Amino acid sequence: MSEQDQFDDIPGTYLFDRHRSRQGYHLNMFFFSLMKAENREAFLADEEGYLDRFPMTPEQRTGVLERDWLGMIKLGANIYYMSKFGATLGRSFQYMAGAMSGVSQEQYADMMKAGGRAIDGNRSKSEDN
Amino acid sequence: MARIVGGLATSHVPAVGAAIDLGKTQTDHWKPLFDGYEPAQQWLARVNPDVIVLVYNDHATAFSLEIIPTFGIGVAENFPPADEGWGPRPVPTVEGHSELAWHLSESLILDEFDMTMINEMPVDHGLTVPLSLTCGKDSRCEAPDHWPHRVVPISVNVVQYPPPTGKRCYDLGRAIRKAVEAYHEDLDIVVYGTGGMSHQLHGERAGLINREWDTAFLDDLTQDPERLQSIPFIEYVRETGAEGIELVMWLIMRGALGDDARELYRHYHIPASNTASGLIVLEPAA
Repeated sequence: MSEQDQFDDIPGTYLFDRHRSRQGYHLNMFFFSLMKAENREAFLADEEGYLDRFPMTPEQRTGVLERDWLGMIKLGANIYYMSKFGATLGRSFQYMAGAMSGVSQEQYADMMKAGGRAIDGNRSKSEDN
Repeated sequence: MARIVGGLATSHVPAVGAAIDLGKTQTDHWKPLFDGYEPAQQWLARVNPDVIVLVYNDHATAFSLEIIPTFGIGVAENFPPADEGWGPRPVPTVEGHSELAWHLSESLILDEFDMTMINEMPVDHGLTVPLSLTCGKDSRCEAPDHWPHRVVPISVNVVQYPPPTGKRCYDLGRAIRKAVEAYHEDLDIVVYGTGGMSHQLHGERAGLINREWDTAFLDDLTQDPERLQSIPFIEYVRETGAEGIELVMWLIMRGALGDDARELYRHYHIPASNTASGLIVLEPAA
């Protein structure tokens, strides 16, 4: 199996490789800009206007406006950059993780308290695992 | 001559920093995690190093996609806690050891590890949470007015693929040991590796935990470090979650301890937010 095929074989996982880094550059630099308090304020005051500063794709822009966390990851967002957007909205890593895996934050937190997502059955799309 | 007197590795979960900063360490949920740090705090106070060489990764804080250094070293006199999107953590400024850091830079580069030297670097939870956990006061981890040890930060890219290999990290640790031993001043140094253990923060597989794999990793830091050096990137991702790749930073710490090391203490707790939290204290075998 090629390296790329091995990456793609892991379920529910989007490695931040060269393809996603190129695809997501402007989206991630938008997230990064939210490290500054004045930029957070400017974004929250006028989301559309603020996003005009970043030449992202229409799909990425929609993902931001609709808080489509998994959709943004699929369009090249990196989780550490996206966490700045989460923080701007008062959303934690656990909230985003719940949203991306299709459950509420509370259900997700309960899963973690019970030991987390099991590795068995989550290693590979193609093989017995 | 300076010498490496110990090694410590710990997870560096941002929610752990938030629990400390918001005074939640004594709650039923958090207390078992923080109680586990008290023996490491006592060990560190007893060893009382002059400097901690602290290996960590920046999480899209000081560095962005504009510039992605594989290995960086903080050469400044001090490093301010970063604003990661919710204001800086209320912890002291980190004091560096500029002269030692420049010595390490020169020695490492001449030893063929091409470090990026960094003078301006706000430090995020990756660096400040380990300091809070190990230099804070008891299981509350309240920060002192000044951190009791100087810190030379070593940053590692583990965000953009490809991160450095486990073997490369281990070899960097060995080169750090050599450089430390060539330093003129009589300093006691502890090396930290941080990040991990198993965790995945993104995608439908978020929340992945692998206790069995983590336990074998902790065991083999002393029993079979050769095996750990050869673990490929894809195994970290598949078995420990995409963000578990941070564990390669523990191998820099391990490499810095020399061929043989003894385990003094470990603590493993699930969960710290999304993460299996690990802690281990090692000392070089005499």
